[in-house]
Amino acid sequence: MLMYYLGLARRSLRRSPVLTGLMVLAISLGIGASMTMITVLHVMTDDPLPGRSAQLYTPHLDPLPLDYKRHEGSPDPADDLTWPDAMALLKAHRAVRQAAMSGGSLLLRPARADLHPIYVSGRYATAEFFPMFGVPFERGGGWSAADDATGSPVLVLADALARKLFGTSDAVGQTVRLGEHDFRVIGVTADWAPKPLFYADQTGTQYSDADLFFLPLSVAMDQKFPVSGNQSAWGKGRSPSLTSANMSWLQFWAQLDTPAQVAAYRQYLVDYSAQQKALGRFQRPPRNAKLYGLMGWLAHENLVPGDVDLQLWLALGFLFVCMLNIVALLLAKFLRRGGEISVRRALGARRRDIFVQFGIESALIGVAGGVLGLGIAQLGLWSIRQRPDDYARLAQMDLSMLLGTVVLAVLASVLAGLLPAWRACRVQPALQLKGG
Amino acid sequence: MQIAPILAALRKHRLATVLIALEIALACAVLCNACFIIASRLSAMHVESGIDEPALATVQLTGYDPSQSVDVDARALAALRAVPGVQSVTLLNSIPFGARRGTAGITTDAERQHFGGVIEFYVGAPGSLDALGSRIVAGRGPRPEDFQPFTGFMPNEANVQITQALADHLWPGVDPLGKEFWMLKSHYRVVGVLKTLVRPDPPGWTPQERLWSVFVPAQPGPYLTGSYLLRADPKEMPRVMRDALAAVARALPEVVIDRDASQTLTDLRHETFRNDRIMAGLMLGVIAALLLVTALGIVGLASFWVAQRRKQIGVRRALGATRGDILRYFQTENFLIVSLGIALGMLLAYALNVALMQVYELPRLPLAYLPVGALALWVLGQLSVLAPALRAAAVPPVVATRSV
Repeated sequence: MLMYYLGLARRSLRRSPVLTGLMVLAISLGIGASMTMITVLHVMTDDPLPGRSAQLYTPHLDPLPLDYKRHEGSPDPADDLTWPDAMALLKAHRAVRQAAMSGGSLLLRPARADLHPIYVSGRYATAEFFPMFGVPFERGGGWSAADDATGSPVLVLADALARKLFGTSDAVGQTVRLGEHDFRVIGVTADWAPKPLFYADQTGTQYSDADLFFLPLSVAMDQKFPVSGNQSAWGKGRSPSLTSANMSWLQFWAQLDTPAQVAAYRQYLVDYSAQQKALGRFQRPPRNAKLYGLMGWLAHENLVPGDVDLQLWLALGFLFVCMLNIVALLLAKFLRRGGEISVRRALGARRRDIFVQFGIESALIGVAGGVLGLGIAQLGLWSIRQRPDDYARLAQMDLSMLLGTVVLAVLASVLAGLLPAWRACRVQPALQLKGG
Repeated sequence: MQIAPILAALRKHRLATVLIALEIALACAVLCNACFIIASRLSAMHVESGIDEPALATVQLTGYDPSQSVDVDARALAALRAVPGVQSVTLLNSIPFGARRGTAGITTDAERQHFGGVIEFYVGAPGSLDALGSRIVAGRGPRPEDFQPFTGFMPNEANVQITQALADHLWPGVDPLGKEFWMLKSHYRVVGVLKTLVRPDPPGWTPQERLWSVFVPAQPGPYLTGSYLLRADPKEMPRVMRDALAAVARALPEVVIDRDASQTLTDLRHETFRNDRIMAGLMLGVIAALLLVTALGIVGLASFWVAQRRKQIGVRRALGATRGDILRYFQTENFLIVSLGIALGMLLAYALNVALMQVYELPRLPLAYLPVGALALWVLGQLSVLAPALRAAAVPPVVATRSV
């Protein structure tokens, strides 16, 4: 039966090639535009660390005074931790693994004479950063908690920077001059850059940034290395230092493997806040302390820029207009076939059969539109990749998006065909037959 | 032209009529708002900078300790001045369309009660205001004694030139010369008014705010260093810029040249508005696609109706209707449908604008966009219906005598 309907649909569509072409073109334009923007949104909200993200959490405290007022558009100071809080959480060691971190940009003077001095951005972190995030190493490895404690001048390089500085020779054991200090390279990471760079401060361009070096946070503090990212201070008094209890600037991540551990850690954060409140440091309710999962944190940060949102809505609105168009055209097309419908009904076809027949005809338009739409979406994504935005280079379709395109096209065209098909199957056969 | 029979016919095809009208309404709403977005982005892109952009370029150096600034600046200036074609080199902290180093809020009283807005402080060494080419329309330019050494973010006390736009904002209708303003505890006195001087980052500010700039004269030092403004003949600019970067790299191998920021001002301006250009292009694409699809719908439906009514058209022709009558019938029908769509579309356009205003901080849609959008859709409708209507007019009267 299905083959018969497909045959009927094909014949009907061939009978009016211009109209069919118009409908296929309309649906493919709508689908192409929508899928371009859906793909952009998909890559922007994708899991940066598949397989690990479910165990990663970031704790947040609320050390702000009761009367603190945030300026419109400025970042929330409670998004980051203060130095005393981060150190307390590290010392308590309540999670399986935990690390405090912050970004920094340092002047690098290459030993090779043919390389100019450059600024490189990287991360100051504590030892468990590497095992917690599962950073893969090409050579060597990360540093130990003992290195953190003693402030050893050790350095982990990203493979890109290691290759630039030392070519193909082994970077481990070499010395690199950062700022005005010499560091010993103890590890080189394999190609690793989560997109977005979820653990970075929210002021950066998180889709194009990658850390080129990693060094112990304690060393950065000892050497007074510059910190990049947002530093929010509050309260009165002289300008705060990085170790001040009134300035937040550190990011903190913890690995929690079971729901029980998550619940326990959440309780620990509330208890810690209550204790700080009792000591008079915190003023706000201890329940303000939060523990975000990785994907929850990304949702909270809302990294998708307004322009992308606007463009997605535009594309979906455009698809809707295209669908309206197809509804009107299909309606005209189906109703014109009153004679054919009546003959089939008189020969014993049920209403349901007529409905299915026209449904299949709509779906066929959808398939053709989907295939053409795929081409248009690829064109759209290519144009997105030419943009200067930091997410632009990520705009590529994966398999799920490819399938999604065709599914969406068929869905849209079947949806558009519902009303015309329903109207068509309600045609009174007797009236039409007499008239013909 | 009889409208009653057309309405009667449309009533028989209520659903299809309403659907096409709805499509036109949506197209009208999007068209008006998209045109408005394009216009506002274009106006931002064409902001008047008030300076001699084609004759200017900048070189940005970093990667040295501020204590070395005197030495670095001396060597960089010497190297840049030696480049053939360079007319002048001076120090300027912020660069129009480039580096932004002087954005701060000001008050018009020392007690910090009356907030004046967030403005851009261009702190420049002797000669930098002349190099920019910004025209003074009232008061005077900086005198040699106005350029004082300073420490910290910017001079604590200075005689400054402000833009006309900022003067109008701070002291509307009053002579700004001699007026004072404060940035925290720093105190400034207005001695001159500039015609315009755009801030480094005009996108992201309202059209008025884009021109809120002040020129603060100062001597180079640890806080005014490494940011050079070059002036050269526009025709020679590309070569001068290449030579300048090479000369600095030779003279100061130990410092970092910020190559992304070291460009001609023409290039910097181009890059500043890249996103706006893309958005405007995208909106243009949306408009084109939307109008295309709407036209396709009208052509499709009209063709169908013409084919469906062949017999009736034949009867009308046989009863004495001319080709023109038939043509006008379909044109009037289209006009009625499009008018219905436009009426609905105006309301939708307004609603869409209100929604956009809330979510994306767009200004209110000027009413002038509505009739323009309506006219565009009427024209589109008439153009799309023309081919099917001509085909209808060509139906011979003899069709009436044949059975279907």
